[in-house]
Amino acid sequence: MTDHDWGTLSNQAVAAAAVVYFLALLAHLVEWSALVGAGRAAKASADRAAAAAPTTPEPAAEPVGASVGGVERAAGAPSALAGSLTSAAGRAAAPAAAGDGADDADDAARHERVALFGRLGYLLTVIAVACHLVALVGRGMAADPNRVPWGNMYEFTLSGTFVVAAIYIALFRKFKLSWMSPLVVAFVLAVLMVGVIVLYEPVAPLTEALNSYWLVIHVISAILATGAFTLGGITSVVYLIKSRSTKETGWIGRVPSLETLDRVSYRIHAFGFPVWTFAVLITGPIWAHQAWSSYWNWDPKEVWAFITWVVYAGYLHARATAGWRGRRAAILALVGMATLWFNFIGINYFSTTSQHSYAAPATSTLDRVEALR
Amino acid sequence: MTTTAPAERSGRAPRPPQEPQRPVSELKPRELLRWCWRQLTSMRTALVLLLLLALAAVPGSLIPQKNVDSLKTSNWQQAHTTLTPIYQKLDLFDVYGAPWFAAIYILLMLSLIGCIVPRLFVYWRGLRAQPPATPQRLTRLPDSTSYLTSESAEEVLARARTVLRKRRYRLRKQSSPDSVASERGYLREAGNLVFHLSVIIVLVGFAMGSLFGYKGGVIVNVGSQYGFTNQMTQYDDFDPGSLFSASRLDDFNFTIDKFDISWLHSGPRAGMARGFQSHLTYQQGNGPKKTYDLRVNHPLTIGGTEIFLIGHGYAPVITVRDGHGKIAYSGPTVFLPQDNSFVSFGVVKAPYAKPEGIGLNAMFYPYEVTVHGDPVNLTGDIGSGKDAGKHAVLSFQAWKGDLNPTAGPQSVYQLDTSKATKVTAPGGKAFNLHLGQTVKLPGGIGSVTFNGIERWNKLQISKEPGKRIALGGVCLALLGLLGSLFIRPRRVWVRARDTEDGTLVEVAALDRSGGGDTAAVVEGLVASLRGQSLEDRS
Repeated sequence: MTDHDWGTLSNQAVAAAAVVYFLALLAHLVEWSALVGAGRAAKASADRAAAAAPTTPEPAAEPVGASVGGVERAAGAPSALAGSLTSAAGRAAAPAAAGDGADDADDAARHERVALFGRLGYLLTVIAVACHLVALVGRGMAADPNRVPWGNMYEFTLSGTFVVAAIYIALFRKFKLSWMSPLVVAFVLAVLMVGVIVLYEPVAPLTEALNSYWLVIHVISAILATGAFTLGGITSVVYLIKSRSTKETGWIGRVPSLETLDRVSYRIHAFGFPVWTFAVLITGPIWAHQAWSSYWNWDPKEVWAFITWVVYAGYLHARATAGWRGRRAAILALVGMATLWFNFIGINYFSTTSQHSYAAPATSTLDRVEALR
Repeated sequence: MTTTAPAERSGRAPRPPQEPQRPVSELKPRELLRWCWRQLTSMRTALVLLLLLALAAVPGSLIPQKNVDSLKTSNWQQAHTTLTPIYQKLDLFDVYGAPWFAAIYILLMLSLIGCIVPRLFVYWRGLRAQPPATPQRLTRLPDSTSYLTSESAEEVLARARTVLRKRRYRLRKQSSPDSVASERGYLREAGNLVFHLSVIIVLVGFAMGSLFGYKGGVIVNVGSQYGFTNQMTQYDDFDPGSLFSASRLDDFNFTIDKFDISWLHSGPRAGMARGFQSHLTYQQGNGPKKTYDLRVNHPLTIGGTEIFLIGHGYAPVITVRDGHGKIAYSGPTVFLPQDNSFVSFGVVKAPYAKPEGIGLNAMFYPYEVTVHGDPVNLTGDIGSGKDAGKHAVLSFQAWKGDLNPTAGPQSVYQLDTSKATKVTAPGGKAFNLHLGQTVKLPGGIGSVTFNGIERWNKLQISKEPGKRIALGGVCLALLGLLGSLFIRPRRVWVRARDTEDGTLVEVAALDRSGGGDTAAVVEGLVASLRGQSLEDRS
């Protein structure tokens, strides 16, 4: 295969990965909507005991997601409508004659559907990650000479989202992450698309300063830590949503307990922090020293990497000593994630003095002149 | 990252109840000092200072910094006349050297030392102390369990001791006869202390670099007739640390004998340089001459000084003759690249030419071709061999008259044309020269010759004492961090008592770091206590 073929393969694989991620997202949304139905059904049977105001069930127009599972169930039963968002109102008012027996059967079917689409979504995500990997490899093979696929912002986005998805897949079973599936897949898909649409650059050889084995070590660790912090951040978001919700059903009900969320979030952050330390405070300075002659230049990227480091240090410190758990820790973790992603994309638009400017979408010629001042 | 909050830490330590109720005016100076110290070293303050440090670093990344990019800073200051005086008062153009920034990290350091030193003693005592005795009611602990067995209490306890020892728990020596008390994970606090101490080491290393080090830049022409001797006067820009003295400059000199560059001829970045290296000959003191191939990412170290290749460009050789035919200016002139294809800008000044001073604002096009009647620079490569420079073009505007040479320090890349008159080629155009050509300037003021093309290298030369200390400190910090994050301090107790139904075994565990899964520890221990007993029976 020629370099050009590899480049084409990479672009096609990105497209394929995006489509499969999208399908995975759909599957997970079906899974979640079934959960919503399950929650409402449970609530409805409780309501029935108390209040009885039977009205005619609304003819439900079933949304795409729910109809797939709905078809499999007993036709004619009013419960066949359940599971869809729009039919929930009708279900609540369903005649009490439907009885609890129907509810039980209904619940079993619903659980089956949740499990089925959960598995399907996970499987699709695995396939998408495989495509994603092909895209990365293709990108690296397309360059002459072959290199690691993170030489510019587009490639870094490609790698970063891959790591997020891969860590998620790897930890899926251990931490029972099925509750975060739609969030992770939606995040990966969105960021990947932003990368393709906004940041895309044709394959090109590395600039001289990037031509170093530190590119492999430094950037891998930075990407790993970014992926871990992002997953930790998503967990913290879920924590905050759950802590504000009193519902015990629906997808909120499926999310693990607040303590578990807090612990998972902490563990992911505790993994990410040393890796981030290694990336920005050890390999970064070593490379900066070799390429730019000074190990710490107060370059905006460095400053923000340091800010991120300090915020996450604060997070771990607060948890360990000040007893900041739960809400306050989650907010701090989100502040950390905000600085992380601002550093990755945002700072390029606010500052033009960055020596990391090869990562910027465009640099004016003036900057280059000044670089040689 | 801390496991416990010893009583020394006022952040959590209960204070005598009467203290807060006393009026502030009654605080004696000594008490006030002590109160301040307690506040400073409290966890809450440390945390606030840490987050404040992050916040304080933000403006430096958004506002151009004098030390990072002085040209950009002065441009910004000229463009924002209202904000500049305010920002200057607040030191916002030099955030990382500002007193208020220093105040934050010095307070943080004090807080850190105030926190770490007492804990060192606590840790030292804790290291030699026995694991705490078994609590009276084990089953009251959050993670505990109990079971009945037919084995005797001695058997169970003996096995518990073996199992716990194998799992590297430290056992209490004078334990009550019916129980085993154990503890592990002492290194967590050690890691924690090492991490905090390393932060101080890193700061010391960093401070050494910024106090005793320096950083200088110089542009050196390629060719063994040029070269560089390490003296302050030779630098184009020089940024010394506050305690730096010229005697710290290492004694060496070097020449750039040859400069190799390879160009991209296809692909999206065609015309750009791909890789380049300089062949240096250097000499330390009166020592032997040595050679080194200098490349980006591969600096040369001479003594404690390091030399980095950070840029390169063309230096067209230009000769200016004045109206009397005398040479008013001659030599390679450094042109600064304006884009990736090395279209470069430079200035020639011959202020003392007779009868009138001559100045040139010039552009250098390394490889110009005509496409549809328009000149286009194709690549930064001037070619090699006898065709080298065949397509190179020197294009300039000329100025005559007073070039203001006495008006104070001037940039070599800027022509002061305030008192001069513009001279143009016929048709009001710029003058264009190919290699070897000469053009006479109108009005008989002189001529300009484009003699040749040389190259220059931009080198950064710096000395950063303490960099190894800083690196060692960070590595140590990482090691400590790993210890403090992943070593789990645990206390485990096992008690066995004879009851009417058999031997009642109680097992309990406590993780003082929180977050640890102590239930699993208890489960695992019970499994190995009972699992073995099952095997014994069978």
